[in-house]
Amino acid sequence: MLLKDEVELLRRTPLFANVEPTRLKLLCFASERVRFEAGQTVLREGEAGDAAYVLLEGSADVFIDTEGCPIRVATAYADEIIGEIAILCDTPRTGTVVAVTPLDTLRIGKDQFLRLIEEFPEVAIEVMRELAGRVVRLGAELSEVRARLCHGGEPEP
Amino acid sequence: MDEATSGGRRNGSGGALQASLMRYIWTHSRPQQIWILLVVVVSLPTYFLSLDLPKQIVNGPILGKGFEHADAHTTWLRIAIDVPHALDPSGTLVLFPGFELDRYGALFALSAMFLLLVVINGLFKYYINTYKGRLGEDMLRRLRFELIDRVLRFPHAQFKRVKASEISTMVQEEVEPLGGFIGDAFVQPMFLGGQALTAMVFILVQSVWLGGLAAAIIAVQFLVIPRLRRRLLVLGKERQISARANAGRVGELVEGIAAVHVNDTSNYERANADARLWRIFEIRYEIYQRKFFVKFLNNFLAQLTPFLFYAVGGWFALEGRLDVGQLVAVIGAYKDLPSPIKELIDWDQQRLDVEVKYDQVAEQFSVDEMLPPERQALVSAPVPPLAAPIRVNGLSVNDDSGATLLERVSLEFAPGERVAIVGAVGSGGEVLAEVLAGLMRPSGGRVCIGDTPLGELPQAVTGRRLAYAGAETFLPEGTLRDALYYVLKHAPLRPPPEADAAASRTNPGHLDPRADWVDYASAGASGPADLLDQTRRVLNLVSLREDVIGLGLRGEIDPDAQPALAAAVIELRCELRRRLRASGESGLVETFDPERYCRQATLVENLLFGTPVGPAFAPAGLAGNAFLREVLADTGVDRALFEMGRELAGTLIELFKDLPPDHPFFEQLSFMDAEQIPEYRGMLARLGDFATAEADDRRRLIRLTLAYIEPRHRLGLLDEALMARLVEARTRLHQGLPERLRGSIEFYDPDRYNRAATLQDNILLGRVAHGAAGGTERVVGLILHLIEEFGLQDAVLDVGLDFNVGSGGKRLSVVQRQKLVVARALLKRPDYAIFNRPLSALDPVGQREIVERLLAAAAGSEGPPFAAVCVLSNAQLAHAFDRVVVFERGQVVAQGAPDELARTAAVYAALAG
Repeated sequence: MLLKDEVELLRRTPLFANVEPTRLKLLCFASERVRFEAGQTVLREGEAGDAAYVLLEGSADVFIDTEGCPIRVATAYADEIIGEIAILCDTPRTGTVVAVTPLDTLRIGKDQFLRLIEEFPEVAIEVMRELAGRVVRLGAELSEVRARLCHGGEPEP
Repeated sequence: MDEATSGGRRNGSGGALQASLMRYIWTHSRPQQIWILLVVVVSLPTYFLSLDLPKQIVNGPILGKGFEHADAHTTWLRIAIDVPHALDPSGTLVLFPGFELDRYGALFALSAMFLLLVVINGLFKYYINTYKGRLGEDMLRRLRFELIDRVLRFPHAQFKRVKASEISTMVQEEVEPLGGFIGDAFVQPMFLGGQALTAMVFILVQSVWLGGLAAAIIAVQFLVIPRLRRRLLVLGKERQISARANAGRVGELVEGIAAVHVNDTSNYERANADARLWRIFEIRYEIYQRKFFVKFLNNFLAQLTPFLFYAVGGWFALEGRLDVGQLVAVIGAYKDLPSPIKELIDWDQQRLDVEVKYDQVAEQFSVDEMLPPERQALVSAPVPPLAAPIRVNGLSVNDDSGATLLERVSLEFAPGERVAIVGAVGSGGEVLAEVLAGLMRPSGGRVCIGDTPLGELPQAVTGRRLAYAGAETFLPEGTLRDALYYVLKHAPLRPPPEADAAASRTNPGHLDPRADWVDYASAGASGPADLLDQTRRVLNLVSLREDVIGLGLRGEIDPDAQPALAAAVIELRCELRRRLRASGESGLVETFDPERYCRQATLVENLLFGTPVGPAFAPAGLAGNAFLREVLADTGVDRALFEMGRELAGTLIELFKDLPPDHPFFEQLSFMDAEQIPEYRGMLARLGDFATAEADDRRRLIRLTLAYIEPRHRLGLLDEALMARLVEARTRLHQGLPERLRGSIEFYDPDRYNRAATLQDNILLGRVAHGAAGGTERVVGLILHLIEEFGLQDAVLDVGLDFNVGSGGKRLSVVQRQKLVVARALLKRPDYAIFNRPLSALDPVGQREIVERLLAAAAGSEGPPFAAVCVLSNAQLAHAFDRVVVFERGQVVAQGAPDELARTAAVYAALAG
């Protein structure tokens, strides 16, 4: 796949839809194409994060480790971005990502990603939207879990 | 205070160097000095003859003195001696009647004689100068050796006071002028003094008055000038000290350069340097002023004498008390007087200079409590193991400032015992370890092995039967092997491999560094081959073996010297490909195939298809390589690359034109610098087609393409057709390589070992694919696996041992250095191994692993058991030891078996968590 095809792919993603093509081309040039085989680990929870990945093709599962037992919390598909939280908040990786199918990604280094957000408010807004969406989802899941716990805590009649 | 522990009372007599330079020279070179003096004396007659001969030539044959008649003859070389009349009636005995020569004959004979004398004089001079130079250098060598010997015997505390660079300046620079002086030390004053004395006596004979006058003025010179020089001596001393201090500071600056950069103190350092240099300048300026004033005075006094001769002598002559002939003779003789006097004074000046230097150096190297030479005596025989316990009795240690570091500590370490010393940093355990290693002296109390005080044991015992490893590591520049085996080099055990005794310049009695010094037996080996087994063992123990194998993979070998390894590498190369194919990962590595373009390698790698050797094909000057240009032109590839470069430059400019130069994206722009973008822009604008482009522009565009890798840069600039043409150019390059470039490139060949490439590149002979996640790790892992499978790990380890550790060992990480120091402490199989927070740079898990293996080894799992005394930075590791000693504020507060201690001593329980 050539640089210009990658640009086309990126333009279709909500995150980069509003970025002008020459900038996208530059981003692609400055990033690295990385391919993962099915089952290969993309990110590992707890490790330091130095890059975010835009999924170009394939899908990956996101796991969170709870007391030694990984729980699958989400699945990421093409056009999504993963690993951006560790870069934005300077924290270790918050989850483990494992490729489900052969996975084609664009690896964007930390500095490049931060610069992109600085220069393109559209990208920043998209990142916020994505993060906010996750918070909403998590909130919903949390209340569901709470309800279930309350329900399970009461003695069965 | 008991000094017995510190190595005997008589240490102080290690003493000073010879008090004065003249005495030092006389003691060490008496026969040579006398010999050179004799040679000088023997050379004098011919010298004076050669001065006299020109006058004879002019007066005799040329002016015709003695040749008044046309057929006059002169007798030449007649040898006759006066004898009593009883022997010969004529009163002379003619030994050789001589030659009868006419005027022309005499002229040529005398001229030939003159030439002969000139040659003899020259030969004498040549011999004397060479001899003096040799003598000076020889003495200098002896003096330097003595100084270095003293450094080796300095008490350890001395090194806290002196700077390394100051010592090296003294040994190398400051004694240097002595070499030039030593040859002249005695000959010059004798010779010049003799000359001056002769002239003086002659003048005195001619006229007592005038002689007295000349003598008086010389006496004034000799009285006044040394007085004027007193200040010069002080200045000379100051100059030397300030110059040395400057060298010391520059040395410190280099070592502490990081602190300068991280604190923005470079200007402060500049100010300091400037101040020091000014001070040196001022001292030197004053020296010059005084020196030349003394010179002026000297010259004046020397000129004063002829004035007095003319005035006073003339007056005497007019009065009739001195005849004119005498006056002329006196003035003539006086002409010979000033120059030896002047030179004598110069010699004296030089003597003062070097004496100051010598005194300064001697003072610095005369240290109290120097180790006596017997403690470092050479012992070639094996030293029997220590079976006695180490007893520490009432040990106290104070530091320079008098603060108490250890207070009345009494402990005993039995052979084979494994003792952990724990406590906060600075609580005393480290100091105890340093005392046990002999790096620090007790202020009170005793440390004995059995009944012998530690300080009285020769280093042949302490240095072989005891081992020490601390947290601070310094490795001299050399290979990893040198660093490891350093601890085994106590005595030259076997002659050098190439036993060319004749070529060996080392004097008898001196030790040959090229001999095999490694004490294999003490490492439990019989020779170089099974020493590697022991090396592997200790490297494994400190988890360093993988690192060294990694270094070996990045190292190079000479396939002629190691044909078996080279052949195995080729085999490994094939096996690696088979394995990758079998596991369906053949896409992970694209191998070099002479018939195909390797997409994962750069364009220039594909073109050269080999490793450059030397500068001819080195990346920097590649675009200027005439032969390469020729090949590119012949195959027409240059035009294609030109177009490709133009396209590449266009794309890059389009991408980067609006970016500020500090934008992080520029890090990815490996083809050009941010500053070059306007240049390329201008070039693209004026560029026509290939035919009309200037040579320089062509070269720059072609150079741009050399680093291009299609899968990495993904610009779609390389198509199949161009790749095929590049392979064609490659073939052309290989086949047409001219004779002079034959050795400058080592081609990739699937069936041969590439001597210019690393082991790993040889195994791979290709490139790991770009964009495969974790590809490099996977491939390197597979290579390591295969190395073990092929049984090559030791061979690669051996290559890794040739890795150069760099200045101070800085090419290794701190962790690697600390591990290495522990490994080599164990390599010599000590009876007592003392570790002083040895692995402080490691993470806790790594520390635990190594300490556990260390304890097993101490118990005898891998060889003879030994005692381990270990100051731990992590008290949680103490539980596995036989005994734990807890230090607090310089005292032992608890000790016992760890389990018991954990129950009874709260202080240990708190430390061990």
